[in-house]
Amino acid sequence: MEFLSDIASLINSTLRISTPLVFAAMAGIFAERSGVIDFSLEGKMLMAAFVAAVGSYYLGNPWLGLLLAIIVCVCLSMLHGFASVTHKGDQVVSCVAINILIIGLTTALAAAWFGQAGLTPTLNEDQRFLEIHLPFADALRDIPVIGTLYSDILSGHYVFVYLAYLSVPLVFWIVFKTSFGLRLRAVGENPSAVDTAGINVFTMRYKALAINGVLIAFAGAHLSTAVNANFFREMSAGRGYLALAAMIFGKWHPKTALIACLLFGFTDALQIRLQGVELPAIGEIPVQLIQALPYILTVVLLAGFVGKAIAPNAIGQPYIKER
Amino acid sequence: MVSPILELTDINKSFGHVQANKNINLKINKGTIHGIIGENGAGKSTLMSIVFGLYQANSGSIKINGKEINLRSPRDSIINGIGMVHQHFMLVENFTVLENIILGFEGETVFGEKLQKAKEDLEKLCQTYNFNIDLDATISDLSVGFRQRVEILKSLYRGAEILILDEPTGVLTPQEVDELFKILRSLKDEGKTIVLITHKLIEIMDLTSEVSVMRQGEMVGHTKTEDTSKEQLAEMMVGRSVLLRVDKKEIKKGETIFKVNNLSVKDDLDVTRVKDVNLEICSGEILGIAGVTGNGQTELLEALSGIRKVESGSIELFGEKISDHNNFLNPRMLKEKGLAHVPEDRQRMGLISDFKAHENLIFGYHDQEPYSKSAILNNKEITEYSNKVMQEYDVRPNSPNLITSNFSGGNQQKIILSRELNENPKVLLVGQPTRGVDIGAIEFIHQRLIDMRDKGAAILLASVELDEILSLSDRIIVMFDGKIVGEKENKNVTDRELGLLMAGVA
Repeated sequence: MEFLSDIASLINSTLRISTPLVFAAMAGIFAERSGVIDFSLEGKMLMAAFVAAVGSYYLGNPWLGLLLAIIVCVCLSMLHGFASVTHKGDQVVSCVAINILIIGLTTALAAAWFGQAGLTPTLNEDQRFLEIHLPFADALRDIPVIGTLYSDILSGHYVFVYLAYLSVPLVFWIVFKTSFGLRLRAVGENPSAVDTAGINVFTMRYKALAINGVLIAFAGAHLSTAVNANFFREMSAGRGYLALAAMIFGKWHPKTALIACLLFGFTDALQIRLQGVELPAIGEIPVQLIQALPYILTVVLLAGFVGKAIAPNAIGQPYIKER
Repeated sequence: MVSPILELTDINKSFGHVQANKNINLKINKGTIHGIIGENGAGKSTLMSIVFGLYQANSGSIKINGKEINLRSPRDSIINGIGMVHQHFMLVENFTVLENIILGFEGETVFGEKLQKAKEDLEKLCQTYNFNIDLDATISDLSVGFRQRVEILKSLYRGAEILILDEPTGVLTPQEVDELFKILRSLKDEGKTIVLITHKLIEIMDLTSEVSVMRQGEMVGHTKTEDTSKEQLAEMMVGRSVLLRVDKKEIKKGETIFKVNNLSVKDDLDVTRVKDVNLEICSGEILGIAGVTGNGQTELLEALSGIRKVESGSIELFGEKISDHNNFLNPRMLKEKGLAHVPEDRQRMGLISDFKAHENLIFGYHDQEPYSKSAILNNKEITEYSNKVMQEYDVRPNSPNLITSNFSGGNQQKIILSRELNENPKVLLVGQPTRGVDIGAIEFIHQRLIDMRDKGAAILLASVELDEILSLSDRIIVMFDGKIVGEKENKNVTDRELGLLMAGVA
């Protein structure tokens, strides 16, 4: 029975840890399917975390904090678009600039407003998201299997966890079942075909980036107003890059990207679980090695599989209409 | 008097400092096939892109059925009944035919009823025009000829009354061209108006009833096709009289100097593209390789010139084995043995576009005297040589310090040719020597190749232009799917015969 609850708690934390990755990967799918590289997921996630924390603190409502984070992230996406879509700048350079800007900006603003470099005040219960306990979770806990599944795995998550997993079928539906999705995929494959079909390539890419901004805001808010109760310096900790890797590993497809995110989440959950555990014959595994697991996995997966992943044909290329 | 369906008045268009269209006036009558002919860079495509709404004119007016319209994007043009089949197809390769056709005209936010309706309508259209297209096929699985049909179908589905085709035959076999022309004629009979952009005189004479000629961004003449001739059109295009047939002396065949035995070559994706090829070339002979693009000609030339590994088989020069799977000479060593190579892809392999003309003119010989001494370039010598050779090859403008990418395609090709012919090679490998080259320069390049042949060089000429193969070669081989599927002496051979071989059906 203890084994079962171990598994349950492992799955529970996998779902929680994967949440920001899922949002970020979905955000990445929109940008990159439209042909715009988005390395700035990392920076935008960090900014969203900061804005959500500060917004919730001053406005007293985490939803308003989230709204503010969405607005700011959409603006950052537009900035990326302005540099790389309108002015045809290098997309990677634009992303790196945004990432560096935000690391400095969040630290400096926190210092200016709260007197502590890179730290915002702790949010109270009204100012942050709380875990949602599904109805009858306690009553059903003792029913074998189903009870565990419902009460220990499905119940007791932050709202973002549910939203993240709901976003995947939604993204799938938009990308593959709507005319917007058809145009989105076309603009990342052959923008000239889209242009000659009478659709504005630039507008399409801006629309895609706007959705990207909304989705990535959820990832940041999850970090600073749900799992944690404040913002701290560089709290996104490479999750944006990890999500990007998951998206590539998932071949720019929401379903497979979700699986990749869960895999990364699982190794992270496992490394937390494994810390201090003694393995027979080997002894205690050094904590640094365990913590490095998700990153090692990224390198291995990308090195091994990215060759087969075919990126959208026009990715990274600014659309130049007139010669 | 028929009223024109499309009327352009004083159209001007500049890209930066280059004026691509100058005061263009054009009337196109309803229900006709109207040809627009001109050399590469004459501004034909730019003009039609303006009509299609892709580019916006700097000034001028466009009338459709006598009504002035403002074309801000292709959408406006499509709504006004204009369709365009571009030279490079505007298709998303990993989409299906259906997805490509409805793109931008889905008619619904979420796919459902309208998609079904579109499918039914398209199936009817396919039947009407005998298109035989599977709507659920992925574009990347279709042949070039079929992709072009998808483009035509796309325009028709979007309600085109005027169909513009930009150089539609460049990538087709003669048989596919016949099919296309059949389709275009039947569209004309239906009352559609067709505008055919081309640089091939024969197509104009074959298909059109009226023709307009463009030169250097200007419209230089309009005429009924029946009132003109190929020679007259060529003269209007170039601005001077042109020799359309190449003057060629009787062949003086020497001994076999270049020999290829059972050669197989793989491409970068490890697919065998050249399969068991045998060929011989004698001195004083031009051997032409005909074939549709992508049937192994590229890989064959690359292997012969030492830039691609030989998978099996061998290559002999003057009876000496120069390459097989284990040993091969690099291009530099081959050059020293008297082999020169004019690569197919001028921009990628023939030149460094960002270099100045004089740098490209000596590249590959730059470390030899007199161009350099003790690893230091002798600029005076290089400039002198460049001036001389650019004059000799009529490279325009004659300015060795100009960046190479600023020269036209024909003049870039002359730069490469002068470099490769300079050392009087014994064997010359030439790929697509006149791709994207204007008629005036074609004449010059062809004459140079013939001169080399008469001087006793063995020349291998790969070209997708059948006319070029037929007018230059002494002997012709046809490649299909990596194999040599036919060999003919160039006497009384017709393009029909070659076409069947090229399509792999004979």
